[in-house]
Amino acid sequence: MAANMFRQCPDSGLFFHKSAESLMKAHAVFGVVYLLLGGFLGLLVALTRMPSLHILNAEDFYLALSIHGTAILIFWIIFFEMAVLYFASSTLLRSRPATPGIGWVGFLLMVIGSTLVMVAFFRGNSSVMFTSYVPMPAEPIFYLGLILFAVGALIGCFIFLATLVVAKQEKTYDGSIPLVTFGALTATIIAIFTIASGAVILIPTWLWSLGFISHIDPLMYRTVWWALGHSSQQINVAAHVSIWYAIAAIIFGAKPMSEKVSRTAFLLYILFLQLASAHHILADPGVSSTWKVFNTSYAMYLAVLASMVHGLTVPGCIEVAQRKKGFNNGLFEWLKKAPWANPVFSAMFISLIIFGFIGGITGVVMGTEQINLIIHNTIFVPGHFHATVAVGTTMAFMAITYFLIPVLFRRQLIWPNACKWQPYLFGGGMLILSLFLLGAGTLGVPRRHWDINFSDAALQFQFAGTAITMMGIAGLGGFLAAMGGALFCLIAVGSLVFGKRLDPGASLFSSFGFPMAASCYNIERPGKLGLAPVEQTGDGGIQAKGTFVLALVFLAAFVVYFFINAKYLSSIWPMG
Amino acid sequence: MSILPPSQKIWWKEPIHGIEMMWIIIALIWCLVLFAWMPYWHVYGKQNLSNESYKTAPEVFEGKANAMAKAHTVRTDPKSNIPVVHPPAGSDVYMLGRLWQWWPILELEKDKTYRLHLSSLDWQHGFSLQPTNINLQILPGYETVVTITPDQSGEFAVVCNEFCGVGHHTMLGKIYVK
Repeated sequence: MAANMFRQCPDSGLFFHKSAESLMKAHAVFGVVYLLLGGFLGLLVALTRMPSLHILNAEDFYLALSIHGTAILIFWIIFFEMAVLYFASSTLLRSRPATPGIGWVGFLLMVIGSTLVMVAFFRGNSSVMFTSYVPMPAEPIFYLGLILFAVGALIGCFIFLATLVVAKQEKTYDGSIPLVTFGALTATIIAIFTIASGAVILIPTWLWSLGFISHIDPLMYRTVWWALGHSSQQINVAAHVSIWYAIAAIIFGAKPMSEKVSRTAFLLYILFLQLASAHHILADPGVSSTWKVFNTSYAMYLAVLASMVHGLTVPGCIEVAQRKKGFNNGLFEWLKKAPWANPVFSAMFISLIIFGFIGGITGVVMGTEQINLIIHNTIFVPGHFHATVAVGTTMAFMAITYFLIPVLFRRQLIWPNACKWQPYLFGGGMLILSLFLLGAGTLGVPRRHWDINFSDAALQFQFAGTAITMMGIAGLGGFLAAMGGALFCLIAVGSLVFGKRLDPGASLFSSFGFPMAASCYNIERPGKLGLAPVEQTGDGGIQAKGTFVLALVFLAAFVVYFFINAKYLSSIWPMG
Repeated sequence: MSILPPSQKIWWKEPIHGIEMMWIIIALIWCLVLFAWMPYWHVYGKQNLSNESYKTAPEVFEGKANAMAKAHTVRTDPKSNIPVVHPPAGSDVYMLGRLWQWWPILELEKDKTYRLHLSSLDWQHGFSLQPTNINLQILPGYETVVTITPDQSGEFAVVCNEFCGVGHHTMLGKIYVK
């Protein structure tokens, strides 16, 4: 017990515990492997949906799309989230992680589970998409793989909770847990609910695929499955909002505008999204409008309110910090003078803006019961979630990776110039992709569809020329984004392998838990984590005026876009 | 610093920034408007989701669609061999989804109201009426009844927009409005 297990990062001052550090590295590296695989298949999907290229055949396209969705939405994101949980508990609280051995069991289950799912995909009989709607069957190992992966992730969640208990008992910090850890705690609570929902539906579906159960009701499947599928996106939101706060603190020393507001907003995520699966069955039979209207909004949209609050307080706390440093002219000097060439900041800020303006607004609009009629299952939906997940979550994870490579992996980033513009390439490409998918979806183009020219169909239909053009431009955006994503993977992996070691003499590359040079770990137990310093000047006088103006612009865009869609809805055939 | 414990131990008694409070109030009002719009549209809007649906079985639904087609077929589409059915204005009309077609082809009259029954005989399908852009999820075992009033004439396509296997992109139906 008395062994020296901690080291302090000389750059950031953060304390890393040896076993937590190895777990973080292993999860993050596996996440990037799935990002690489899923991203490559995403490129093939984008180029196939470009009507002029159409590179894959139908069977390969549906296979590639199934893998793309699963590898990115589930495997990349959850592997990385596990790393974030170890970081937010052990590192931020200066605590040893609870039961690291069991942490490795969880990690192994995630590796085995995700591998089984990939095996099922590549055998070719499980191209059922990420959603695997019954009664379309996949092979039993597909469901089994997902279940094992979920159990592994659940273990990670409980270790996070146990680490909070350890830190509390061993009094490693003073006062309350930091806001970032609080956000991660929110993500964990949602994750436990989410994974439990997944188990409730995937275990019977697995038994069905083995022939032990004769029938799974498709509506029940959709209702329960989306408690996994939708809430898991809320894990992402809680996780990436926490990362936004973390980066605001790391880069600017920003202090939350008010702890109370930010923490309450996180709490609202837990309280008001539990039946969020309702958003996905708005166009389904068998569920009443009353149920749909109530369960998508709880009459107040408080989960939306929570995101709108974070959307103000994250840039707001950056603005206050910048103004204190003297960037106090006009409305936006604080933003102009932000470190736009630092990928940790630029990736985080692009994540914030596109998540809010594109992802947030379109999400609420399509989640409105009646407006869903003109959007359900069109390519508008992928347009929305590429703004939320591919930009919002993935770019936040990219941003923190740029910070963690030197701090956690102790490697210098290779290609500093490429690092500067990678966020713009990826974010710009994804922005084009999102906007044009949203446009094409508004014109009715279906999602998950190999050929919108219907060349092999017995009947004929021609989409508007504009829709076809938009799909072409979206494909181009997808190509740019894929290049940006590939560049990120090259930088991340390249830095781990070829980056200059930051601690001379130490054997540091150990992504799979091999012991690192003992000399790094010379601290038995770090000193107690104290309270954040009290602001000397007081910030009563400094207001985040620029952020407030941005927020009003956001609100105006939201209102206008909502009513444009309501107007569009009023133009379709009367129905009821 | 969001990565450190709050500087005040009693952080829940700290005052809230003025603009934060103002934004919370504005955002909450907008959230309430968003909610209120949905019940409002149920009362005053003309495009709402159907609340009528029944449990059914594939054979039963197929029987009803066959009976309608038998009574009202006016011709057969030469290329697809799917019957074109012209049911009486205002009647109950049926369209079924199966791998990979929408059956039969319907011929409706403009500005007449129909009760359109939809179901799937096998996997999940998506009823996407183009170019007017109405999108509904169609599940096996569930019969959706939508009361629709085509107010445009012309040729409309029913695209399947729920992935249903390798022939998904060939699943196209037709509705003619005269």
